[in-house]
Amino acid sequence: MDWSWLIGRLSPEYLPKDPVTLGAAIGMPIAIIGILLAITYFKKWSYIWNEWVTTLDAKKIGIMYMGIAILMLLRGGADALMLRAQTALAQTGIELFNTQTFQEVFTAHGSIMIFFVGMGAMFGLINMALPLMLGARDVAYPFLNSVSFWLFFAGMVIINASLVFGGFSNGGWLGYPPLTGLEYNPGPGVDYWIWALQIAGIGSLLSGINFTVTILKNRAPGMTLMKMPIFAWSVLVAMVLVMLAFPVLTATLGMLALDRVAGMHFFTSDAGGNPMMYINLIWAWGHPEVYILVLPAFGIFSEIVATFARKRLFGYTTMVAALIAIMFLSFVVWQHHFFTMGAGANVNAFFGIMTMIIAIPTGVKLFNWIFTMYKGRTKFTAPMIWFMCFAVTFTIGGVTGVLMAVPALDFQVHNTMFLVAHFHNVIIGGVLFGYFAGIYYWWPKLFGFTLHDGLGKLSAYAWQVGFILAFIPLYILGLMGAARRINTYDDPSWVPLFIVSGVGVGVIGIGAGLMILSMVYSIWKRKKLADTTGDPWDGRTLEWSVPSPAPFYNFAITPTVTRRDEWWYRKKDGVAQPKREDYKDIELPKNTAEGVYIAIATGMIGFGFIWHIWWMVAVALIVVIAFVIRRSFNDDTEYTITADELYQLDRKARA
Amino acid sequence: MTSHAAHLKEKAEKASLGFWLYLMTDIMVFASLFATYVILRNGTNGGPASQDIFNLEFVMVETFLLLVSSFTSGLAYLAVRRGLKRRALVLLGTTIALGIGFLTLELYEFGELILAGHGPAHSAFLSAFFTLVGTHGLHILIGIIWAIALGDYISKHGTSPDALRKFSLFVVFWHFLDLVWIFIFTIVYLLGIIS
Repeated sequence: MDWSWLIGRLSPEYLPKDPVTLGAAIGMPIAIIGILLAITYFKKWSYIWNEWVTTLDAKKIGIMYMGIAILMLLRGGADALMLRAQTALAQTGIELFNTQTFQEVFTAHGSIMIFFVGMGAMFGLINMALPLMLGARDVAYPFLNSVSFWLFFAGMVIINASLVFGGFSNGGWLGYPPLTGLEYNPGPGVDYWIWALQIAGIGSLLSGINFTVTILKNRAPGMTLMKMPIFAWSVLVAMVLVMLAFPVLTATLGMLALDRVAGMHFFTSDAGGNPMMYINLIWAWGHPEVYILVLPAFGIFSEIVATFARKRLFGYTTMVAALIAIMFLSFVVWQHHFFTMGAGANVNAFFGIMTMIIAIPTGVKLFNWIFTMYKGRTKFTAPMIWFMCFAVTFTIGGVTGVLMAVPALDFQVHNTMFLVAHFHNVIIGGVLFGYFAGIYYWWPKLFGFTLHDGLGKLSAYAWQVGFILAFIPLYILGLMGAARRINTYDDPSWVPLFIVSGVGVGVIGIGAGLMILSMVYSIWKRKKLADTTGDPWDGRTLEWSVPSPAPFYNFAITPTVTRRDEWWYRKKDGVAQPKREDYKDIELPKNTAEGVYIAIATGMIGFGFIWHIWWMVAVALIVVIAFVIRRSFNDDTEYTITADELYQLDRKARA
Repeated sequence: MTSHAAHLKEKAEKASLGFWLYLMTDIMVFASLFATYVILRNGTNGGPASQDIFNLEFVMVETFLLLVSSFTSGLAYLAVRRGLKRRALVLLGTTIALGIGFLTLELYEFGELILAGHGPAHSAFLSAFFTLVGTHGLHILIGIIWAIALGDYISKHGTSPDALRKFSLFVVFWHFLDLVWIFIFTIVYLLGIIS
């Protein structure tokens, strides 16, 4: 009997076969079952459901984002270790992975690192810090925030499920057709990739709208745009980029999906299709995406440098101007990712020059940070060490980027290890170091105790040394002609460099381990590391004016802002104790599970598309529509905390 | 104004701003589809080109239905504002009917093409055409579902300020789809006939 109407193309032939994926495919479900059993054993289900799953508190949503991002960092890091182990051993005759598996692993590494580590950590930190910095009680749309997070979660589940059943895409992190088209890749791997990114991407798009409105509408009274902390500016610019760029990704992935499920011909190499159109569209999203990730990291560094140098940020206005300049420029450089397309010398020259121009506002920022430190009494805490590592690493990455902006030179290094080294230089050195610094910086505000500083510094040094070992050899290899994405090579002179690179990845692994250790150790010693003042770094911005951990209502009394670095100057003037009559009734959103239900149904739409289970797509679509209608016509979504209750809560939190 | 009323007003302002920003993101979706259509327009794969399959009179009727539905949705909004519940529901019903009429014509056009062997899988041009026009049609369908839910809400809760706020977002959405259609009419159909 034909069951394909019920189960689509699900079939045992898609079960993993080679030992590496088989191991992971068995290990992952066992780990999940173990966690679920542990939750049941310790009777934590109602705690997890009530305090976390259904929460609309931005800080908790931020912590969940960050948890997923760290988990995915370990997963993507394991991929990186496997890739470099393979290239280090390629000439010994030991084949860890065949070509197909190697391709799947580097696709997994790239997709997971960008979408689930980079984006996850970014939205995590924004959720944790932004409302507090703005003096806001919450984000503009707390419910939408929950939907965004759970869509991100659903995407994460889908991309990891492909490992267990069906295999990962082998099309690279951007899935270029025609390789990812139906003709060359009929299996479910590419569909998993498409729907994981599509669902997580829609979540990001909704977050982009949410945070933009938060910044424009939820600022404390008196906080004009030019009095905002610079982190808020960097987020505003990044979120405008999200709103402009992510719809292009949605449309592009949608068209690729139509090529695959409906046999259309957008990006096929026959029937009039044009694969280069995909590459243009995906980079029209992809290049701004790089800035979406890195601009908030710049914002974090700006806060950290000003705090630990104990000086106001040098050149606030030029910093804002540089951010806005980058916002515009990031949309007119996408073609530099494929100078070799054959668009002609004039087009290449335009995009090459635009790319070089971006280096100017970026350079401005580095000088701003250096001048902020100049004559400051800098405290070299862990976040500051991350900054120092960033300043060196990111500058090297920036310089090699300008090199590659020269089209003639790019023809030489296009698709070589040189490129791989360059973008890891800016993404690890810029994005990751920035987010790590942010984790160490804001951790006490979220949890009420600081992270162990020594272990944090050690972790930063390990990352930095590992980074140099892992990627400087790749620059050299790239110049020698080593192509990227190849599991083997026949030039014996490359072996030592690949071995050094492999060792470097190992040292980075030690850095990641030290970071986890610093968290575990600090949780264990949380009494000793407790932050009783709410202001462990002698900070400048409003998040340090509330107790640690920040209460669920953020500010008992909405602060009024008169200048930049409001909290710093308030401390100078002497902080007035709030009086009983200053407290007013506040309204907060009720917890709800509707966001989770919407995300589960959306995930099932994706699953249905991947396996061609059309009834599931239809049913899940109706469920999504029903929940959206139910929520948007529900006027009873908030509860009130009276001034009395708030007064008592605040006294307790400050005691 | 009490703090509760101020809180509601603030929420309404945020919803409105956010909705406009969402429309901007939707414009980017359509921009990508338009760009792809323009690039792939000549990829006909030996099949029909745009001047062979478009019928301007037919599209004229579609356009007329959509523009009139926008007009009635605007009148319905004014009726909600004045608290005329019955009139608002009748006008909203008219909007829905016109929207369904538009969608029926569009599906008829698609059906004819597919039956003639010119389905979206035939050539890049037809893929791009079906996807661009179909995405607009999908938005119309979402708008119709939204309008029905809105009608249900108003018939139960009357023309409250909450209803007006919800209604204003719908009207903006519906006008937005008109605007997109004007571009489809010009770039796809009109230029398609001329070239």
